[in-house]
Amino acid sequence: MPEPKQPEKLIDDKGIRIDGRRLDQLRPIKLEVGILDKADGSAYIEQGKNKILVGVYGPREAHPKHISLPDRAVLRCRYRMAPFSVDERKNPAPSRREMELSKVIRESLESVVLTDLYPRTTIDVFIEVLQSDGGSRCAGITAASLALADAGIPMRELVAACAVGKIQGHMALDLSDAEDKYGEADLPVAWVPNANLVTLLQMDGILTTDEFEKGLTMALDACKTIHGMQQEALKKKYLVIKEVAEEREETEVVA
Amino acid sequence: MVIVAEPKQVVAPGELLAEGDHLLGDNSFKVGTRIYSACMGIFEVDGTRVTVVPLKGGYFPRVGDLVGGRIVDVGLSGWSVDIRAPYEAMLPASETPGPRGPRRRDLSESFDVGDMVLSQVLAFDRTRDPLLTVKGPGLGKISNGRVVEISAAKIPRLIGRKGSMISMLKRETGCQITVGQNGVVMVWGKSPENERVAVEAIYMVEREAHTRGLTDRIREMIAKSNVVGEVARTQTA
Repeated sequence: MPEPKQPEKLIDDKGIRIDGRRLDQLRPIKLEVGILDKADGSAYIEQGKNKILVGVYGPREAHPKHISLPDRAVLRCRYRMAPFSVDERKNPAPSRREMELSKVIRESLESVVLTDLYPRTTIDVFIEVLQSDGGSRCAGITAASLALADAGIPMRELVAACAVGKIQGHMALDLSDAEDKYGEADLPVAWVPNANLVTLLQMDGILTTDEFEKGLTMALDACKTIHGMQQEALKKKYLVIKEVAEEREETEVVA
Repeated sequence: MVIVAEPKQVVAPGELLAEGDHLLGDNSFKVGTRIYSACMGIFEVDGTRVTVVPLKGGYFPRVGDLVGGRIVDVGLSGWSVDIRAPYEAMLPASETPGPRGPRRRDLSESFDVGDMVLSQVLAFDRTRDPLLTVKGPGLGKISNGRVVEISAAKIPRLIGRKGSMISMLKRETGCQITVGQNGVVMVWGKSPENERVAVEAIYMVEREAHTRGLTDRIREMIAKSNVVGEVARTQTA
């Protein structure tokens, strides 16, 4: 499959982007929790054309044993892209990029997980990108924190993440693949709301101080929105069971 | 002293529960004067104490817990047991009933790999793996009945307030039920049908642990299955 052609314009005269969004608009997000049977916790996210599956296992015995720590759990993260997740087949061997993302994702989650409750154990997080469309590290973090919560692992709060970037001289929220490739800059941000901590901040490209500040504000606002969606997705799983069960009871009483 | 979240409702990690001088129960933590939830669970207020009862999560051993486990290895002086915790438990031969001494028989004669044992946690702390014992009434190899494995987080609900749920289950299904704190539940019934209904009821508790009126709904489910429990038997006699 050939590389998609560079679009003539990333933003049209009306300020609308190639996928029809305004500059400050997120792509549609779908979040689901607890979809893997055998994992202790799991989550699935669709953000635009991104499709990412996350499985969490643990806390469990550390193997190999020497990696375990005497005072806390070890958090291990693996970000992986499926060979079919991009236009040109991706070599399934772990790439430099995947290893870097695994590391930054782990670090962005480490600050919220209460690892000191489970000494000498590991918590494993597997992030599998099934379809990639730009901003997958952020979508991965969003889904991974949901999967950790679904596994019942004690954590301070959920982490929400979103990217901003610069396309044709304008700051734009949540870049898609084409915008990321042909735009001027990309700035992924992960945010912990209550503690007001930024746990991931990378920058690819060049931004002026003003652009950076504007971008960061846009990203934090988006993280706030995503954080609300995360909480809703997490509770939905249990509310559905509750409604079904209690409704069944009511109909039985009537009958 | 303000309760912010609604009691008996599902809360997510990081949700604000209360503000002020409340006592911190399980799965809650304090930043300044604000108290937050540390996991996904049901928010409960008991006097000035705020707790979150988790909806999911593994078993973390505590000394004195009754646990069901599976033998995974037979050693020279004891067994390794999987008790569904993040740590592998050890059952030393000296903690089994019977004569002991230097004359050692093959330990796999008592328990072999794959056997289920009902045991008690003798010692455990953050630095050592759990140590088990099978000395005590009712402890030892499980050789009949049925074993149900549910999430350890649902065990408090299966027992119920002051044992209301478990005593109802025993009475209505006519089964003997032993609950391991690690989520391993053993069921012995007078017929396979009774056991089947009891197992089904246990799975229902696991699935619907966070709903209201669960005890009544389960009682109804058992009544519909036409299994004769203890009460009915005494009535007919």
